[in-house]
Amino acid sequence: MLNVQGLNTEYVDGNNVRVRAARDVTFDVPEGKLFTLLGPSGCGKTTTLRSIAGLERPVGGSITVNGVTIFGANSNTFVPPNKRQFGMVFQSYAIWPHMSVFRNCSFPLEVGTKKFSKREIEERVMRVLAAVGLDHVAERDATKMSGGQQQRLALARALVMEPKLLLLDEPLSNLDAKLRDKMRFELKRMQRELRLTTIYVTHDQEEALALSHEIAVMREGRIVQKAPPREIYDLPNSRFVADFVGNTNFIEGTVRGHEPDGHLIVDSPIGAVTVANPVACAVGDKVTLSMRPENLMVYETREAAGAANVFEGKVFTKVFLGETLDFQIKVNEQVVLARVHPAHKTPVGGTIFFSVDPQRCIALRTDAA
Amino acid sequence: MELTSDDAVDLPARRSRRLDSKWLIIGGAVLISSVLALIPLCFLLWQSFFTPQVADVPAAFTFGNYRIAYGSTQTLRTLGNSLRFATGAALVSFFIGTLLAWINERTNTPFRKFFFAITIVPLIIPGILFTISWIFLASPRIGALNVAFKSLFGLSRPLFNIYSMGGMVWVDGLHYSTMAFLLMSAAFRGMDPSLEESSLMSGAGIARTLWRITFRLALPAVVSTLLILFVRALESFEVPALIGLPVKLQVLTSSIYEAINQYPSQIGLASSYSVLLLVITSIGLYLQSRVASGGGKYTTTTGKGFRPREMDIGAWRFVTAGIYVVYFLLIVVLPLAVLIWSSLQKYYRSPSLAAAHHLTLDAYRYIIHLPVLRHAVVNSLVLSFSCATAVMLLSAVICWIVVKTKLPGRWLLDNLASLPLVFPGLVLGLSFMIVGLKVDIGIYGTLWILLLAYITRFLPYGMRYTNTSMIQIHKELEESAAMSCASWSAAFFRIVLPLLKPGLMAGWIYVLIVSVRELSSSILLYSPGSETVSIVIWELWQNGQYVELSALSVMLIFALIVLVSLAQYIGGKFGVKASRH
Repeated sequence: MLNVQGLNTEYVDGNNVRVRAARDVTFDVPEGKLFTLLGPSGCGKTTTLRSIAGLERPVGGSITVNGVTIFGANSNTFVPPNKRQFGMVFQSYAIWPHMSVFRNCSFPLEVGTKKFSKREIEERVMRVLAAVGLDHVAERDATKMSGGQQQRLALARALVMEPKLLLLDEPLSNLDAKLRDKMRFELKRMQRELRLTTIYVTHDQEEALALSHEIAVMREGRIVQKAPPREIYDLPNSRFVADFVGNTNFIEGTVRGHEPDGHLIVDSPIGAVTVANPVACAVGDKVTLSMRPENLMVYETREAAGAANVFEGKVFTKVFLGETLDFQIKVNEQVVLARVHPAHKTPVGGTIFFSVDPQRCIALRTDAA
Repeated sequence: MELTSDDAVDLPARRSRRLDSKWLIIGGAVLISSVLALIPLCFLLWQSFFTPQVADVPAAFTFGNYRIAYGSTQTLRTLGNSLRFATGAALVSFFIGTLLAWINERTNTPFRKFFFAITIVPLIIPGILFTISWIFLASPRIGALNVAFKSLFGLSRPLFNIYSMGGMVWVDGLHYSTMAFLLMSAAFRGMDPSLEESSLMSGAGIARTLWRITFRLALPAVVSTLLILFVRALESFEVPALIGLPVKLQVLTSSIYEAINQYPSQIGLASSYSVLLLVITSIGLYLQSRVASGGGKYTTTTGKGFRPREMDIGAWRFVTAGIYVVYFLLIVVLPLAVLIWSSLQKYYRSPSLAAAHHLTLDAYRYIIHLPVLRHAVVNSLVLSFSCATAVMLLSAVICWIVVKTKLPGRWLLDNLASLPLVFPGLVLGLSFMIVGLKVDIGIYGTLWILLLAYITRFLPYGMRYTNTSMIQIHKELEESAAMSCASWSAAFFRIVLPLLKPGLMAGWIYVLIVSVRELSSSILLYSPGSETVSIVIWELWQNGQYVELSALSVMLIFALIVLVSLAQYIGGKFGVKASRH
């Protein structure tokens, strides 16, 4: 439905330096799907979103919606933002403080090219306000709303003109943690129910994993990896993605050889590790192993730990987090983090065993960083 | 609810077919501001190289104006007087203003809030009235203060002589001390007290903290305030004309006025004086903007309100409160009282019990029936209302371009719109007079030329007010309008202007006041039929009709107070409530 091809956007920053904020960004979003641009601040995700919105003018590439070009560097096409009919929720929500809730929401219908009668406007606005649960405060001053209500109002305003595409720029980042969790569910429910094609920008990996059909992880203006959430989490293609999405242990190692079943044997400071996910590498290559803390199974005895990928270490520190217990385990000189059920009682300084399923172990080419 | 409509296919890459109103409005604003700022300046420079055109002798190119202007020791003396006067007045204003600001912001003096509120009142009193009332108070022969002190202490000679450099410095400095007060209050308020507190925590004592931290932090604000006051005093016209001219104490502004007022008018000579004045004010304001922008790193502009540290000064707080009372006495009560007194006389007499038996309202009767007055009031109202409205609309568009767009050359537009700041009112009046005389577009001698001059002169003030509010408008507020399919003009008129309203209203009221007070530009541009109230007062003074003038002054001051309160009431009623953004 949305097709972004080779998008390049530049801007001049405060020090008169040309910043290449988005470089050769290419992706497709099918009808009704939620696509997330994920990355640290300054990675170009917001610039990409603003280019789609028409608030930034890219220098190269093209953007098409349903086969219609809205931006094309070659054909010199640029549809201004107010002709694109996309709904957008801004990070600050951008609620107009001089209008009531209702007026904020009715604004798009009043100024758009399509003319509506007063009754139609009233009907549509109240319907969309009801959908976000704000119909009872329609006449209230927009500035008297709480953070969560402002966020809903911004969403209602974006939805009221029945946009072709919904653009969300870190819509949950200004909310407190509890509310954020709640709004995350609501957003997902609405998006799925209304089958709105949505582009979502966030730096919060949990949000991205929870909401998306597909995630593109960005770094320095480029898309590093593009995949469904599970794949991004389980099979990151680079150290950057593994590090940015979730917590992980990185262990440097050298490839020793291949097993008959295709598994890789890697020598590392914690010992020889069997890795199920083959990467194209030869014996002697430097690799970085990535193991998620929750995939480290912790045992009191070697017998309980089983046979494959078992390591012995000493408990270095223990942090109780309520739902989980974090063990920092020292193996030789390497410290690894294991996230386990709080039932484990091994004391600090005690000997501990842990195992890792080869399937849950990833070898990343070190040079790919 | 079905929100995904099926007509999603009809998204044509529409180009705007008709000429966008955006570019019409922007282009118009750019054009107007450049014409207003540049044309008078060009004509002024041009004129300074030509001889006056008298009857049938055509104007000819000459360096004579500059030779006369800069070839005599008289000019050196005038320049020296100007600099001495401006420096003195700036220091007087600065000292009084800073003292009051410090008392107001940093001490626990009682009734601070009330004092702050009444500092607005002196801003309303026109300069010409303030000067005249101080002449009534401190002139050696008739001055009320002199008479009072003489009879109280049996002095043989008058205590004060207003007709001196000291007198000029005092009156001008005192009048503009409120300006210094407002500027320095802002500086004190912008100072983060935690900067001083961390110095104290580091082990520095109060004195060392004051010297190493407080003073250094305040330095940019101090220098910039002094420069503004200096330039302002240099441009001052009322005080040098009313106090300096009778005793031949010439400064640049009064020389310009004299050059024009002789027969035949030496417009070329006046222009060459003006060029010198322009050079000095330009340098002053350039330095000021450098200092102020360099000082940006010292002030915190997060808009987060600090709680300024208040010093408990113990019993001294009654002294500081006393200072406030004396100040208010000097700047409002005494001037107003002497005007009211003299307005109730048949002919001017110093206050005394004997004279109190002859109070009469004749002067008021005379003024109300003065035929020119009705014109003048209408003219003043029309001028100030249209000027304030035009200035605020124009500056809204210009500020939007400067702050919100990335158009190349927008800094130039900003500078163009602020350029009139270097024009002293008299020089601006002269420039417009030259334009009006040389280019026959039928505006000379009408209200239009006055209006154009006013708009030019006050556009920079409008820009200041609008700029502050414009910066505070988060850019996403406008972008979300664009995403809601609003065209540029819909977004501008329905989002930007309403959000600017508090700033626009405040600026509008300010421009309204200064337009009513305006004298130094009008004095060169008015003709019979286009007098303003300030001009009528000026003419009454020239005719020696002191009691009639006092009556008009009293009425004018009260009318202005009513006007301002009304405007503020309306502004408060229809202003936007404080927003979170």
